[in-house]
Amino acid sequence: MMQLVQRYFWRAVFAVLMVAGLYATFLRFWGGLGASTNLSDQFPWGIWIGFDVLCGVGLAAGGFTLAATVHIFNIKSYHAVVRPAILTAFLGYLLVVVALMFDLGHPYRIWHPLIMWNPRSVMFEVGWCVTLYTTVLFLEFLPVVLQKFKMHAALKVMKAVTLPIIIAGVILSTLHQSSLGSLFLIMPNRLHPLWWTPLLPVLFFISAVATGLAMTIFESWHSAKAFGRQLEYGLICRMTRVLAVVTAFYLTLRFLDLSHRGALATLNQPGMERWMFGLEIVLMAVPMLMFFREKTRQHPLAVYLGVVMFLLGFVTNRMNVSVTGLERASGVSYFPKWSEIAVTLAIIAAGFAIFRLAAHYLPVFEEEHEGHGGAPAPRIPTLQGAAVQGD
Amino acid sequence: MARAILFDSTQCIGCRQCEQACSEGKNLPYDDKIAAEEKTSAHKLTAIRTHGERFSRKLCMHCLDPACASVCPVAALQKTAAGPVIYLPERCMGCRYCMVSCVFGVPTYEWNSRLPYVRKCDLCADRAPTGEPTRCAEACPTGATISGDRDELIAEARKRLAENPEGYYQRIYGIEEAGGTSVLILSAVPFEQIGYPVNIEKTALPQYTWAALKHIPDVVVTGTVLLGGIHWLTHRKEEVARKEGRP
Repeated sequence: MMQLVQRYFWRAVFAVLMVAGLYATFLRFWGGLGASTNLSDQFPWGIWIGFDVLCGVGLAAGGFTLAATVHIFNIKSYHAVVRPAILTAFLGYLLVVVALMFDLGHPYRIWHPLIMWNPRSVMFEVGWCVTLYTTVLFLEFLPVVLQKFKMHAALKVMKAVTLPIIIAGVILSTLHQSSLGSLFLIMPNRLHPLWWTPLLPVLFFISAVATGLAMTIFESWHSAKAFGRQLEYGLICRMTRVLAVVTAFYLTLRFLDLSHRGALATLNQPGMERWMFGLEIVLMAVPMLMFFREKTRQHPLAVYLGVVMFLLGFVTNRMNVSVTGLERASGVSYFPKWSEIAVTLAIIAAGFAIFRLAAHYLPVFEEEHEGHGGAPAPRIPTLQGAAVQGD
Repeated sequence: MARAILFDSTQCIGCRQCEQACSEGKNLPYDDKIAAEEKTSAHKLTAIRTHGERFSRKLCMHCLDPACASVCPVAALQKTAAGPVIYLPERCMGCRYCMVSCVFGVPTYEWNSRLPYVRKCDLCADRAPTGEPTRCAEACPTGATISGDRDELIAEARKRLAENPEGYYQRIYGIEEAGGTSVLILSAVPFEQIGYPVNIEKTALPQYTWAALKHIPDVVVTGTVLLGGIHWLTHRKEEVARKEGRP
């Protein structure tokens, strides 16, 4: 009985989310944004931008973080997690585009920024970067598909262009991860001082790098469970240490900036801002402190909980920048309509399902005997690794 | 000659003729119910607002360097040399960044349309070439709203402030707000008392974005050199080993 529940629980959840999502989709495209969202002239951006786009892109940052670690910095011990990270990133970006189609008033014009230029616009730059980077991610993941279908000639070509593709991917990611923060630079007096700072692009970039690591740990943990694989635990421990250091750097910069701008004084003002700010900081600082402790790092469940907490902290930060911090100046309070939440959950569920299918049918994870064992393996996975294996 | 509007709220009697003329000129519905809505929306591009015995008017401020035009990824909003900030609906993809970026909360959206567009006052851009006054100025029975060249209107506003120091709050709203706007406003009381936001940057807003955006070419060039260099350094050991025939 328990087995049956275990087996069908998530499928049932998935089915419910999909049905709700489809109905919300109908509402959105039949009735328009007015019928399907709580957005208004005073509050034109909701969770489809704040969560689906801002968080979605950030949570997909593992792709470039790990690609840089392994291919640029040549730290081979991380190779086991590059492919899943790139797959997550690729799916993440595709889903962000899908989510954006819900939010845009004229979704079929999503390509307009590619030909109707406005170089002064951050959104224009983000549009170009995301388009190019999604292409890069496709190319970075392509060898996995080529390997599956034993297309050796194409693999050789891909091997030759690995380095430029990886570098382009890291640069494009640096640009748009930071530019998502720059989107909010235009509202210095309306975004609450706890979040508006000229450093927004820098803070967005650093927190995206940390989140890329956290997501990679998160998905390693889950795929280990789902596919009955051994957890590359030594590697995960190393990654939590790096995550702790990057988070420490981020929080230091965040607080120095807040204190230099005198923004910490606003914590005396009543309102929900200070509580949401506190939540955001606690959800990042607690896992950081946990990961600095050897004891926590040796406890898989503690590592998992810490990573989940960190990811929630990241999401809280992005939601604070895009929703909480703007409510006071807008004069209205915004809470998403059920259909906004339903679309978001359906997109996340679809992401999980597609990742599972891809991981099941494509050689995303290394073979068991290669994935762990301490000493750095001689091969590099993804582009080059696939090519070597293909030869 | 850059077209502008001077709204002298001390002369406004709240008759809403400007609203009606605007709606008629833009083929928008107008009735008593809409007249009672004291806010702008997709079907009401300018609105008279009541503050006790005083009235104020909300409309697009037509900034000299507008945030909406700078943030629009498809250049659907543009500041024209003639003064108006115009909207090109055929470009718009509906991201609503213009609405988020506007410090005056001006652009509105057709929320209940299946294919919605942004709506806002365009300073009667169709009339700008001929120099004809805007519809609201033409309809105003008291002269509270007049349209004309920005410099001349500023001179006129200064004259009014000087001639009647008791009657006016001694500032012209729109000279330096958001780096300057093409709509200028006079008031008898501080502007926040009649509904105008005063916590506004005195410089053009797009420069805050540009401060970050301008670094992009440098990030691309230095980033590529740096990453390429690191790759060369980190892979060199292996290359040497390979050449020397070591595993």
